[in-house]
Amino acid sequence: MNSSFYIALTGIIAATLRSATPLIFAALGGVFSEKSGVVNIALEGIMTTGAFFAVYGSYATGSPWMGILFAIISGAVMAAIHAYLSINLNADQVVSGVGINVFAGALTSYLIVKIFKTNSQTSVVNSLPYPSEAMAKVPIIGPILGELNWFVFIALILVFVSNYVLYKTPLGLRIRSVGEHPKAADTLGISVYKIRYLCVILSGVLAALGGATLSIGVMNLYRENMVSGRGFIALAAMIFGNWKPINSMWACMLFAFADTFQLFAKGFGWTIPGEFYAAFPYILTMLVLAGFVGKTQAPAADGVPYEKDNR
Amino acid sequence: MNKESGNYIKKLALFRSFFISLLAIILALFISIFFVMWAKDFGFTASAKLLFTSIWKGSFGTKVNFIETLVFSTPLIFTGLAHSVAFKTGLFNIGVEGQFIMGSTVATLIGLIPGIPAPIHIPLTLGGGILAGMVWAGIPGYLKARVGTNEVVNTIMMNFIAMHLTNYLVMGPFHKPSSASTPLIQQSARLYRFLGSNNRLNVSLFIGLALAIVVYILLWKTTIGYEIRAVGLSPSSAEYGGINIKKNIILAMVISGAIAGMGGATHTMGVQLQSIQLFGFTNFGFDGIAVALVAKSNPIGVIFSAILFGALNYSSGTLMLYGIPKTIVYLIQGIIILFIAGEYMFRKIADRRKKGALVNE
Repeated sequence: MNSSFYIALTGIIAATLRSATPLIFAALGGVFSEKSGVVNIALEGIMTTGAFFAVYGSYATGSPWMGILFAIISGAVMAAIHAYLSINLNADQVVSGVGINVFAGALTSYLIVKIFKTNSQTSVVNSLPYPSEAMAKVPIIGPILGELNWFVFIALILVFVSNYVLYKTPLGLRIRSVGEHPKAADTLGISVYKIRYLCVILSGVLAALGGATLSIGVMNLYRENMVSGRGFIALAAMIFGNWKPINSMWACMLFAFADTFQLFAKGFGWTIPGEFYAAFPYILTMLVLAGFVGKTQAPAADGVPYEKDNR
Repeated sequence: MNKESGNYIKKLALFRSFFISLLAIILALFISIFFVMWAKDFGFTASAKLLFTSIWKGSFGTKVNFIETLVFSTPLIFTGLAHSVAFKTGLFNIGVEGQFIMGSTVATLIGLIPGIPAPIHIPLTLGGGILAGMVWAGIPGYLKARVGTNEVVNTIMMNFIAMHLTNYLVMGPFHKPSSASTPLIQQSARLYRFLGSNNRLNVSLFIGLALAIVVYILLWKTTIGYEIRAVGLSPSSAEYGGINIKKNIILAMVISGAIAGMGGATHTMGVQLQSIQLFGFTNFGFDGIAVALVAKSNPIGVIFSAILFGALNYSSGTLMLYGIPKTIVYLIQGIIILFIAGEYMFRKIADRRKKGALVNE
């Protein structure tokens, strides 16, 4: 094995992990929301608010850890709006999600002007410190670890935590039953509304963490359109992963790999246009959905508002 | 029930649904005043005055601005109509954006062909755009009808594919050197600019207005429209009544896509005259969602709501001149959508009052 190949390989692996991380957070958010029966197109907008408020928190307090807290709160608030509209007001969940996306994009642009007195970009803030030199000294996987950030580890841990919660705990059973058959769950004394609220707000928290990854994890500022469709790619990854945490993680990795590979492919002298790599996740998701590759099964009550009186 | 009282109830329902839209717009404008207050440190009345005068000046106040407002409104008429047709069938065609993009891209490609006389070139270019939109909507429509996959997810995917495909064509085979666009389309493929070639307003406005009437007739005066609406109101009763649901889902998606593609094509042929590299979406398709929601999917209502959103979008430049962040107009749009999504709230309040009235009797 020659050394340049080795460097390229570790580079690809590290870059894939880095660009998969925001997707993993948001896709996990999507899993929780949709498992409980609420479609969450708003992931994109919530990621945007998370990315902005992480920077704002770090700017206001000087501590990037507070930035993460700000991001989490902002995500929870945005998701709570979506939850209220979808759960209490029986809103069309897609319409509500579209509204949140438009609102979030406009609100963050407004706040950039208001707080940072500039257009389209915030000031540079403290980003999350990461001991990359110490990590690089770890034997064998050191060169990869050195290129990562804390969010990567948090995301990977959360994948397994989410999987455990959803499939091995009573809460997970409740979530899944509410998403599959809310009426039956209600009859057994499970509060459909409470579970759905919990899951939608949790999805907001996770998506906001995904946004924070982009702003203070990888960079040290927030720029307009920073999220640029990643919320939708996460949605695709969630579907590709059949609404399951671990499968969704692999889907995120695959999409991130396609994204990373286009950078390295140029280095290899391959002449396939970059646009094809960019379109790859979407084409693949459609093929999966159409049943050409594997088979997916959405939660039965996904997107259906639940009315308690309506028996 | 006699015919007269039936008409009266219909009118009342129509009035009520428009009333909710109006309320959503007023509430959104009201909330946006607070954002202006916060941005400018003005009082409430001063902020309100500043916001409304600058929106008015920036949209209808001067002749030039009024013309540009109509330029911005025209694509929204098309995309609003496209969403309306889908909504009427109970579908959510988020892919209007992608269908619009494909319509404009294909129109550019056909418009670039030299040596075709205008009477052939214009319909050919327009037809190409329509066909592109139909294909882009037909695929998710077919998948929805035959495989049962969610059209929302598939159309979102198709939007991104349309964007990347366009970028490939614009920056690859049809690239004009040292630019981020294609060359300008042939003179013979351009739509007539009736206020002189410097004003971007062109006959696509009238095509849009005529189309609104055509869609109205299609939905309410033809069998196709009846079947489409029946599927939207209650798929199971429609099927019981002998209506083929699958056929109508595909049909509605294809019609919606055709309208969106036509919007993209006319935008290229009258305004853009070329395709440009896309760093993000054009947003005409997404803004069409708000247009159709505010119009309650009524084709004639779409005209007015398209002008409203066109005015808001175009006045954002003037807002900047007055020191108001231009994103206020998108805040207004987002809040309008959220209020309309939560229209159940208004209905709940109305129902509660009605129940109270019954108890008193």
